[in-house]
Amino acid sequence: MALAGAGIVFWLLAWWANTRLARLADDAPALRLVVPAIFGITILVVWEMVARGLAIPQVILPAPSVIAERFGASTDVLWADFQQTFLKGAMSGYAIGCSAAFAAAVLADRSDFLRRGLLPVGNFLSALPIIGTAPILVMWFGFDWQSKAAVVVAMVFFPMLVNTVSGLRQTSAMQEDLMRTYAASYWQGFFKLRLPAAMPFIFNGLKISTTLALIGAIVAEFFGSPIVGMGFRISISVGRLELDMVWAEILVAALAGSLSYGVVSLIERRVTFWHPSQRR
Amino acid sequence: MRNVLPVVTVVAAILALWYAAAIPLNIHQSLVEAERAGEIVAPEGANVRRDMSGLTLAFRNPSNIGDVFGQDRPRLPAPHQVFAELWDTTVEKKVTSRRSLVFHAWITISATLVGFGIGTALGIVLAIGIVHNRAMDLSVMPWAIASQTIPILAIAPMIIVVLNSVGLQGLLPKSIISAYLSFFPVVVGMVKGLRSPERMELDLMHTYSASPAEVLWKLRLPASAPYLFASLKIGIAASLVGAIVGELPTGAVRGLGARMLSGSYYGQTIQIWSALFMAAISAAVLVGLIALIQRQTLRRMGLES
Repeated sequence: MALAGAGIVFWLLAWWANTRLARLADDAPALRLVVPAIFGITILVVWEMVARGLAIPQVILPAPSVIAERFGASTDVLWADFQQTFLKGAMSGYAIGCSAAFAAAVLADRSDFLRRGLLPVGNFLSALPIIGTAPILVMWFGFDWQSKAAVVVAMVFFPMLVNTVSGLRQTSAMQEDLMRTYAASYWQGFFKLRLPAAMPFIFNGLKISTTLALIGAIVAEFFGSPIVGMGFRISISVGRLELDMVWAEILVAALAGSLSYGVVSLIERRVTFWHPSQRR
Repeated sequence: MRNVLPVVTVVAAILALWYAAAIPLNIHQSLVEAERAGEIVAPEGANVRRDMSGLTLAFRNPSNIGDVFGQDRPRLPAPHQVFAELWDTTVEKKVTSRRSLVFHAWITISATLVGFGIGTALGIVLAIGIVHNRAMDLSVMPWAIASQTIPILAIAPMIIVVLNSVGLQGLLPKSIISAYLSFFPVVVGMVKGLRSPERMELDLMHTYSASPAEVLWKLRLPASAPYLFASLKIGIAASLVGAIVGELPTGAVRGLGARMLSGSYYGQTIQIWSALFMAAISAAVLVGLIALIQRQTLRRMGLES
């Protein structure tokens, strides 16, 4: 009880500190990082104190320290799962799905008819629960990572297609006329004008797809997997009520998700440095 | 209207591809059945054929191609089989029957709607807090954005099992996953929307000596409507996915996710496909409903003609 009380006191203190700091943040940009950091630490501390203080059972909510311990103790298992699900399943599916969607978008862009047909259908399909194809694809491609990659391909294809197609339409008639006065061929116009102009949209699609890829690879493992993989580990540990392992696996998923998103954003900043949203 | 012909063409092309793909995927099974029935197929013996590609087999046994569209447990059911099953399990069965897809869809949709309601309400409240409190903005917003890059769905099985051990079962655990998934899109969209009034408009409210509450009700909330609806559409699609995935880990017997799972256990491919289509139809109906409300509301507000 005392620990839980201390947690609440800590929370109030951190809140007060953040309120003070937030007022100063306009003058000191560094505080913009400090404030969310304090908030994150507060959540961890309160969680720890409440979990320990109220003696919440392990099977309901393990304390962060228990999770961290488990994470440190089972890095080899987590690394194997990460390789299986993220590097093999999600990444290969992401690469295949995004490049296939890009190629399809470039093809569709050449014909106005095809584009008008594909855009509504693609928009419709990308709002659907594509994840439901997982049991079918697992049945077709077996339990190993190939089926997970297939699910990821199905998940990322339509968001990527829709984004690329609308990106390729971003150039104005004036700009295209200019290319024509230079006697530029279709591909010259494509690479020098339309592709760069489409980049913000393409990267938007790529960023949405990083999260979808990880979700697809993990959820597909709920329908059948070899005895390794993040989704497999989550479902098997939930069954054994080893919630600290589940949380450790979620931590890996969170790290992998934010890292891949961060990498894509970094590349985006390099490629679309000219875009207003990237200027400082 | 000018998009109708292209859309119909694309859909027809997808259906044609689907039928074509059924041939190489199902031919192995048809040949096994044909051989059992005493027909002569080339080459003989299921073991010999196992490693051959479906296309080769189809070319060597053209007379058996017709069989691939009518199997009981095909690897890829043909579209008409799926639609026949959909028709059979929606229109022909009573909606209260366990075999009715409408029944299963309702189980999933009710969890979706409850969760969506909770998630949206909490999201709007948090967004209002973020807009009015600088400390909350600075501390919560970065985490709300970062959490979008995390595969939240991975937590679903844990939430189900944990709530189960506390005694919560049935609709509520699934709704909590749905709520969680629709929460963040709504927060991010609403914060953008509540901040969309310009300096000039805020200044006008200031000259009227409006209190913050009045600014919120009379300026910020109305201005945020277009943003809210855009995030509601994303949120409800995510909610539905959450409810479906929420049915997987507990071995639930009702709901669309349960239909998919039991279909994959027993190799009932037609059942999986019809559940998948029902999920797609539900998603389309839910998103369509929100779009309808959006159009009506925005038109009455004069934001859209």
